[in-house]
Amino acid sequence: MSNSPKKCDIVIIGGGPAGLSAGIYTGRARLDSLLIERGVVGGQILNTEWLENYPGFPEGVSGFDLTRSMHQQATKFGLETLIAEVTDVKMTSESKLVKTTQGDFTARAVIVASGSERQKLGVPGEAEYTGKGVSYCATCDGAFFRDKSVVVVGGGNAAITEALELTKFASQITVIHRRDELRATKILQEKAFAEPRIKVLWDSVVEEILGETLVNKVKVRNVKSKKESVLDVSGVFMSIGFKPNTGFLKDILALDNIGAIIANEKMETSVSGVYAVGDIRSNSIRQVISAAGDGAIAAVNAEKYISG
Amino acid sequence: MTKPVNIEGAKFEETVLKSKIPVLVDFWAPWCGPCRMVEPVVDELAEGYDGKVMFARVNVDDNPRIASQYGIMSIPTLMVFKDGQPVSNIVGFRPKAELKKSLDMAL
Repeated sequence: MSNSPKKCDIVIIGGGPAGLSAGIYTGRARLDSLLIERGVVGGQILNTEWLENYPGFPEGVSGFDLTRSMHQQATKFGLETLIAEVTDVKMTSESKLVKTTQGDFTARAVIVASGSERQKLGVPGEAEYTGKGVSYCATCDGAFFRDKSVVVVGGGNAAITEALELTKFASQITVIHRRDELRATKILQEKAFAEPRIKVLWDSVVEEILGETLVNKVKVRNVKSKKESVLDVSGVFMSIGFKPNTGFLKDILALDNIGAIIANEKMETSVSGVYAVGDIRSNSIRQVISAAGDGAIAAVNAEKYISG
Repeated sequence: MTKPVNIEGAKFEETVLKSKIPVLVDFWAPWCGPCRMVEPVVDELAEGYDGKVMFARVNVDDNPRIASQYGIMSIPTLMVFKDGQPVSNIVGFRPKAELKKSLDMAL
């Protein structure tokens, strides 16, 4: 590892669909492009077994296959990939330095695509029983709850998708939602309401997760009647939203009230030459298609910025 | 270079529980995305512990009894065994540096 930072045209932080799509475009623009990923290329969509809404795949496609193809495509056009964690960034309109566990890099433009992670609920028992009945991934853990009763906490697309996924295994799925209607898209709602094993507990929040070695109960409170009840369950699937991974960007880029990066329609952030794409961008709709679109827009504008 | 070994049912006791050195067991399944993310990280980690820690994998689909014996309800779970006893477990994907820290603490 050399001490002087390596020079690149573009550094892309994050290897999900947004970063990969940006890499396809910057590679084709013949810009010297480096993608830095801390885990494995693909990102959160790897947790999704089957995507039904990505255009061009009428039968659907797995998150794994889709992102693997995107990575092959970007690599073909010259994108370099480094598996490392970003430890620090220094970004001004004049210069950009990205420090990682595998060396430091300067770039003429930076595309931030580091995504988001599952929000924790923050109730007693949650941390204690993670992996012992509390789960953040129904695709991964559903099979451990065969013929068991589980709850899904949340009411958005992710929550309802998980509830439907769990019908393959669980005997009873109770969706606990704090409002009196779901946010999930209509087609998912229709599927959920048609499924006899899915029940929705409206206006309700989880107060506490209880158990011995493993989870066996959740304490639930109705926010309107204030009544408390206890459900006998073996699993608690958390699906209450996402938190942008912007910890390393505080005080550098302008963020919104949930910590997502504020960017304009060109994906430009508060620092010129720095772009934000995908789930990490304020008001992202958190879809693979929009992440890919963001990546393309940022890449085209970054190219103009560099050559400008 | 040490590669994690795949463990099938009957071999678990002999290989993991009776091991003279600590064993890190990666409980996984082919249909689990985060397990595929953890896999190369564990492979890399294994290289740094040659002869000091054994690395093993248990496919929970093929070995449900081992998984349930150790209360595995989420995958990936990495469990460290010392003298036949589980001494530490890590649930979900973690970057390599964090895994290394957890493993060193367990040793």
